[in-house]
Amino acid sequence: MNTPSLLAFDGLLLISIVSLAWAALATRDARRSVILFMAFGLVLALAWGRLLAPDVALAEAAIGAGLSGALLLAAVGGQQGARSGSAQNAGHADPQPAVRWAVTLLCAGVAGILGWALLESFDSSARDTLAQAVAANLASSGVSNPVTAVLLNFRAYDTLLELAVLLTAVLGIFALGQARPGYRFAGPVFDSLARWLVPLLILTAGHLLWVGAHAPGGAFQAGATLAAAAVVLRLAGHSHIGLPAGSVLRLVMVAGVAVFLLVGVTLLALGRPFLGYPPAWAGTLILVIESAAMLSIAATLVLAFLGGRPQALWQATGAAESVPPAATATPAALPEDSSGAATHGVCKEEQSRC
Amino acid sequence: MSELLAVSALILMFSLLLGLLRVLRGPGPGDRMLAAQLIGTSGVGILLLLGVLLEQPALIDVALILALLAAVAAAAFTGQAREAKHD
Amino acid sequence: MIDAVSAGLIVLGLGFYLAGSIGLLRLPDLYSRLHALTKADNLGLGLLTAGLALHSQELFTIAKLLLIWLAVLAAGAASAHLIARHARRQETGR
Repeated sequence: MNTPSLLAFDGLLLISIVSLAWAALATRDARRSVILFMAFGLVLALAWGRLLAPDVALAEAAIGAGLSGALLLAAVGGQQGARSGSAQNAGHADPQPAVRWAVTLLCAGVAGILGWALLESFDSSARDTLAQAVAANLASSGVSNPVTAVLLNFRAYDTLLELAVLLTAVLGIFALGQARPGYRFAGPVFDSLARWLVPLLILTAGHLLWVGAHAPGGAFQAGATLAAAAVVLRLAGHSHIGLPAGSVLRLVMVAGVAVFLLVGVTLLALGRPFLGYPPAWAGTLILVIESAAMLSIAATLVLAFLGGRPQALWQATGAAESVPPAATATPAALPEDSSGAATHGVCKEEQSRC
Repeated sequence: MSELLAVSALILMFSLLLGLLRVLRGPGPGDRMLAAQLIGTSGVGILLLLGVLLEQPALIDVALILALLAAVAAAAFTGQAREAKHD
Repeated sequence: MIDAVSAGLIVLGLGFYLAGSIGLLRLPDLYSRLHALTKADNLGLGLLTAGLALHSQELFTIAKLLLIWLAVLAAGAASAHLIARHARRQETGR
């Protein structure tokens, strides 16, 4: 299918990817590099689509272009943009030449390995063997999407460990302390955008989860879309963003790993290998595992955006309580606004103009 | 028809590169964010065209996700963090 | 015949996309460049999806294309407003 126009398209795509990556790394301003990184994620999603990898393109569009950008922007923070960036960077000394040389050699080594791997991949015999093996066993895997079959059946153990890594990441996030304070009410325009965007994102997440069995989709993409819904609510200035509180949140966070382990151990007790699904039940088991994983992944990404332990985590219920602000910093729980979710379209909670 | 789709994707890619110039040059962060939005919309168009051209209907789903999450990125850029809690 | 109409719509959409990009490069400041953005969003993507919808002729695909266009429309309008308001606040100082 490589017509000249497609080749020219590929060339322009390559140029934009490389120049965006270079610019994102070469700039000193943190906010500027985050925006460039977001644009880089967008164009990378295009590249995955061009390479006929829609599953990866979905994940890149959801996580790389959208959520990572929002997360990094929230972390960089500050309203002053270039001013705060240059002020922060003014205090940093340039790295010493020895460090620079070490990093350069390391990057050159990694690039060399990647180049060698690329050359090896032109020998298509090994690649086709794996694809043929997947295709031969696809019928007994319970799903008809080969990517989902590999992730959730043939290499299910790897996915279990990936979910465990995400759980560890949540522990690291909790070690950062309290979550960042929320956002001011963003005005009626963004609020009315959120009113249809959030339900649409939730519906799309469910669609991606369900459709992952026979078309590109799956738990990771669905979880990222669900997390985007909560992030939109947070950015609109709402306090209740759909994240459960207390023990329910802890349950949701471990649900992915727990359900996976439960299925595996139950199969082990029934005399089958660990995570060796019986072909008749494979489809159902995969759907159950993916649903739990979607919730865990969404919770992890939202917690990463919040940047720490949410205020209501250790309360027994999820009810918002008004606590007077403490003069000192850390142990005081940041007070929830008592109006809670009832702030739709009414500018009563903040002093910002509508 | 497929040749037209390929040429259209090429032209949209060129339009994306023009937006790239603004992202790299744009004097303020608002200009860069604005250009990122245009890159997003061009990307949606390219994905739709590629979806038909390469016969991958899943790319339409990717375009939907891209469209929805571009708004999230713009909101994150302009969100004003609360300093301390109001009262 | 339908192919010809669909091709025409796609080409028209491309024209608006290019107009948006050129406007983004040539217009003098942020506020005027926002106008360029919405030309690509509304008419560029709209004509493109209309052409592709005619080409595909499957109800589900047409519905998805329509949804994408409406989402980009509304999200683009809100984003433009947010960016403009943010830039205004940066200028006047809060």
